[in-house]
Formats: sequence, structure tokens, C-alpha cells
Amino acid sequence: MEAIILQVLNGLDKGSAYALIALGLTLIFGTLGVVNFAHGALFMIGAFCAVTLSRIISLSHEVVDETQTDFLGNPLKVDVPYVYDWFGQATGDAIIDWAVPLSIIFAIPVMVSIGVLMERGLIKHFYKRPHADQILVTFGLAIVLQEIIKYYYGANPIPTPAPSAFKGSFDFGAMMGFDPNVIIYPYWRIIYFGFAAVIIGAVFAFLQFTTFGMVVRAGMADRETVQLLGINIDRRFTLMFGIAAAVAGLAGVMYTPINSPNYHMGMDFLVLSFVVVVVGGMGSLPGAVAAGFLLGILESFASMREVLDVLPGLNQIIIYLVAIIILLTRPRGLMGRKGVMED
Amino acid sequence: MFGLEAKDFRLLLLVTLLTMAAPFILNPFPVDSGMAQFNAGYPDLMQRFVIFGIFAIGFNILFGLTGYLSFGHAAFLGVGSYAAMWMMKLLTMNVIPGIVVSVIVAGIFSLAVGWISLRRSGIYFSILTLAFAQMSYSLAYSVLTPITGGETGLQPKVTDPRILDAALTGNAPKANLFGLEMGSSTELAMGGWVFTFNVGYYVAAVVMIFAFYMSIRIFRSPFGMMLRAVKSNQQRLNYTGLNAKPYTLAAFVISGMYAGLAGGLMVAMDTQVGAERMFWTASGEVVLMSILGGVGTLIGPVLGAGAIKYMENILSKINKDILYEWFAFMPDGLQDFVITLVYPFIGKGWHLTLGLIFMAVVIFLPGGLVEGGQRVAALFKRKKPSDNTPDGKTTPAE
Repeated sequence: MEAIILQVLNGLDKGSAYALIALGLTLIFGTLGVVNFAHGALFMIGAFCAVTLSRIISLSHEVVDETQTDFLGNPLKVDVPYVYDWFGQATGDAIIDWAVPLSIIFAIPVMVSIGVLMERGLIKHFYKRPHADQILVTFGLAIVLQEIIKYYYGANPIPTPAPSAFKGSFDFGAMMGFDPNVIIYPYWRIIYFGFAAVIIGAVFAFLQFTTFGMVVRAGMADRETVQLLGINIDRRFTLMFGIAAAVAGLAGVMYTPINSPNYHMGMDFLVLSFVVVVVGGMGSLPGAVAAGFLLGILESFASMREVLDVLPGLNQIIIYLVAIIILLTRPRGLMGRKGVMED
Repeated sequence: MFGLEAKDFRLLLLVTLLTMAAPFILNPFPVDSGMAQFNAGYPDLMQRFVIFGIFAIGFNILFGLTGYLSFGHAAFLGVGSYAAMWMMKLLTMNVIPGIVVSVIVAGIFSLAVGWISLRRSGIYFSILTLAFAQMSYSLAYSVLTPITGGETGLQPKVTDPRILDAALTGNAPKANLFGLEMGSSTELAMGGWVFTFNVGYYVAAVVMIFAFYMSIRIFRSPFGMMLRAVKSNQQRLNYTGLNAKPYTLAAFVISGMYAGLAGGLMVAMDTQVGAERMFWTASGEVVLMSILGGVGTLIGPVLGAGAIKYMENILSKINKDILYEWFAFMPDGLQDFVITLVYPFIGKGWHLTLGLIFMAVVIFLPGGLVEGGQRVAALFKRKKPSDNTPDGKTTPAE
């Protein structure tokens, strides 16, 4: 029982990342009908937004400290971050400590504008071209974005820690009446899951309960009719692309403390996210989210010692195996709609 | 000649001449000149040109003719490599059994993968092939370590059984063709130039010419016609009472065998193999090659493979010092500015250049380098390019 709960919990954070990326992919596919291979790169850029912001706020200048001396007896030069000057030391420390959560605010406008720019500048010209061309051009774009990040930030992973308040682990077992220290779970992963749940909820609420969302859903169902009603659906779809980019970017921002960002993290997630989208059903938003969590949890179950003893290496291939079985038995995926990408 | 039309025969003859004379053509600069680093005529790189040429020719038979975009072709290359390596370990260091078996094993493997993947089409097909390739990669890295060597990969060892040439045990095992070592080369110095003739390269080149000839035959055959029909309109094909599946499956297996052949040759040239050869970026690379050169054309994939491998090996070698040398004629400030501008695109950043070129090709020149060449030729001829292009490029009927 403990083991099962622990594996479910372990699967949740990876599942959250899959679900968020898959949600963005599906949003883009459902609205614009474009298969976006650059979506992993957006996730990666989001993560580097966090890196950038934490670098910006720890920018410092040298101050000569008269009270201390270095080993030669000269007054010591100390690096003082600008935030100390502006907000005082205590607040400044807190700001630097909370860089990753703060990056959310920074990342949203950045990601939306990157998304809108991408759609207007490039993807727009590919609506009428075959899906293969869309895959290829976004694949090329992913390479370019990845290389630009690599040029400016280097090839090594950049550790970006979570705020120190969330460093520890939470003892789930003690709370639910099991022995202490059996089911422990890092705080930041709980936060990641909660954050993902909020974002997913917000996207669904936005589509379900606002007029804008209603128009977008109508456009997903029948673009032409919506246009005939005199609505500029293209502009709304462009904004949806921006929102999808922001969702991927935020998933990346919050993922940085779990896994230090490097320039190819997006590609690693992208392949799996595509599998998630296909399992969930192309064009189905609930399907993408459900499949994301499902596959994340399945993956963590497959890495249990007991399972690996029977079927070694299962944790490496379980996601692909499930995808193959699903595609062959339920070609539309778990919740796929009829008529989407059937050709 | 050889069952080819005059036009195709001329193309084949041209390719044969170019590959045979490659050590001369690719070495246009004298050794001690400043441009010598642009010489591509060294054996290692020339071997890669032809091997990836074979890989891309095979991929083009699938993607260029049927329009099925596979994102998992590196798996077949990897399987072929492992098969060839085991032949070398168990039977003989002679490359022939290894290459033959690599083709057969890759063919069987691609039959299994294709039989399942081809039940879906479009993006689903791409993702299924990707899933299979990633699965093979993960398995090769973890569970199949006894067969694949896991992270360390496989190399021939002195202690390997090698039943057929047991007499050779004790010597450092080197890949050979009836005693002719793959690694051995003859150098010819002429004036300032040094040309290297490598046995391995010529073996691979002969195989590539044969592979190229086969692909011309496939392109011109009724079978190739059926594959084009699959690409242009599968529904119409179904309505005429024809089942597309056997044709696409055959194309898939053939292109898988080409990949296996390339994998076998890779082992023959450089006797080692590792799982990273099957990683999905390797599959992506062959897609880049085909698109860059011109998908659906005969010569395009070979050009694309050459272009990418040339960039990978030559462009990535340029460093800042060389740039300073080149722009030495400029005033200092301008020189620094130009170098800061150029630097991100060369050296370690050559992938950026590749990505940009690739995007430009997909956006502006869907026919790749071949279409670019045709457009330039059409400019000079001052004549509208005819619809019946010699390389068998077709546009889908809508």
C-alpha cells in the first residue's frame, strides 16, 4: 500500500510536466491544426526565463568594505546585489531566494510574445502546407532556438534552486497513519503538482466560462462558420498560440528546481509529450491532461524494484509500449474526436 | 544501358565519376595553403559522405515516394551496425558477411516495425516509428547490454572466436576485404597537393553506386509508380481496387534495408558501435539530409548528406583565431564587429547555421538544393522549366 501511494506521488510531478506540455500542444493543434515540434523548445525557453531572471536580480556591484580585510590587509571588496541597495538586505535576500516563483510573472509576457511572434512570423504561412512541412519547419525552428540558448548559456545544466522554504520533504505517511519516513515527498514537487493543477484548471475555465473561450471552442469545431459570422477567428487563434506557449513556458519555469535546465531538455520532453498527445487523442484537451498524468504514474510504477526484477528495462520503454498498444487498439487515442487527423 | 534510360544512365555515370574521383575533387587546395582546412578529401569524411548518402537514398525511397515521414530510421541503422559487428566478432573480420547480414537483419526488423506502424498514417505514423526507435535505443542502452554492450558499445577484441579466420587471432583485429585492410590508404603527392586513396572509401563508394543504381531502378519501375500514387492520393488508389499496404510496406522494408546497409558499412569502416547511433536525433539528421538535398529526387539525398556532413566536419572546425586571420584586412574595430557577428554561426554553433538553412529550405525551397539548382539553370536557359523534370520529382495531385 505504501509503495503504491509512493509511486503515484512520484509519477505526479513528471505527469504534471507531460500534461502541461501536452495541453499546449493540443491547444495549438486543436485551434490552428499545426503540429508544433518546437513546443519542447518553448518549455526550455521557459526554464531559461527562470535562469535569466535569477541572474538579473542577483546582478551586483563591488563595494569596498572597510570593516573587513582580505589576506593582504587591504580593505575587502564585496559584491553587493543591487536589490540590497533598493530594498535592504533582508528583503533583497528574500527576492533572490524566491527567484524561481518570481520568474512566473516575468515568463508570462515573454512567452506570450514569443508565441505570438512565432505564429505571426512563421506558422501562419504553413496552414495550407502539408503536415509534414509543418513538422519539418517547426523541427528546424526547435534546432535554431536550442542553439541560440546554447550560445548564450552554454551547454552545461544551470542549477536553479527552489526557495529555501521549500527545500525539505513532507511526510505524507505520518499524516495518513503509516509509519513515519515511509512516504516522504519533496515540498517542491507538491508545489509543482499544485501549480500544474491550477494552470490546467485556469485554461479549462478560460475556454469554458469566458466569451473569448466560447468563440475559440466554436472556432475549433468549425472555423469557417465562425468566420462567416464576422468574427476574426485568426486573431483569437494567434492569442491561443501565445497562451499555449505560456503554458509550456510556465511548466519549464517551475521545473527548473527539479531538474537543472540545459539546452536540450525541451527535446527530451517533446518526444514524450507527443506520445502523450497521441495516447490522449489528437485534439482532445482532457485526453492530453489525463494521458499526461496516466503515463507519468505508469512510468513511476514501472521503475519499481519489484517490477524491474520481473521485466528488466520496463521503465525505459513503458510509455512507448503503451502508445503503440493504444494506437493499434484505439486509433483515435483515449479521448480522440472523430475526424481529427484521420487521414 | 543496364536497363536505364539514357538520361538516368548519364546521371549514374556522373555519380560514378564523381565518387571515383572524389579524393581529387574534394581536395582542391594545396596542403600548406590557408584554405587547406576546407579540404574534405580525407578518408574518414569521404566514407561518411557515401555512407550517409546510402542512408539518405534509402530514406528517400520511403519519404520521397510514399510521403510517409518516418522519424525512427536510425533504429534500422543501429540494428544493422550491431548485426555487422556480431558477424565480425563471431565469424570473420572480412566485411562481406557483416554487410550482408546487416541488410538482412535490418530488413527483418523493419518488416516487424513497418507492419505495425503502417496501420496508421500521417503524424501517427511518424510518432509510431519514433516510439519504436526510442524503444530500441532505450533497450540497447539497458536490458540488451549483453548483446549491445550498453553504454560502452561493442568493439572487436583479440579474444573473439572469429571461427572463419581463427588463424589471425593474436593480431589486432582489423576489418578487411579478403586481406585488404579497410583502414589502409595510398597517398599521392603532386606539387603542393596530397591525395589520399583509401580502401574503405572505395569499398563504400562501390556499394553506394550500386545502391544508387537500385534506387533509380525503383524510381522508374511500375512499383515506384505505385508508391507515387500512394503519396498523391491514397484514397483514389483504394477506390481503384488496389491495396496500398503491401506497396508501402515493401518501400518501408527496402528503406530499412538501405539503413541497415549504411549501418553495416559504418562498422566496416570504423569497427565500433554504440547505442547513441539509434537516438532519435540521428533519425532527425537523415530527415534533414533528404529535405535539404531535395526529397523525392534521385540525387538530392546524396547532395544533402554531403552538405550536412561537410558542414559538420569543416564548419565546426573554424575557430576564432582563423576568423581573425580571414578578416585581418579590415580595420580593427570593424574586424571585431564582423567576427562577433559571424562567430555564433561557426565552430560549435554550426547547428545554428544548419537549423537556419534547413528552415529557409523548407520555407522557400521545398524541393531542396535540387530545386534550387533547377531554378538557377532555368534562369540561365531563359525558358520555363518543363513539367517533366528529369529526376522524377512529382507534385501531389489534389
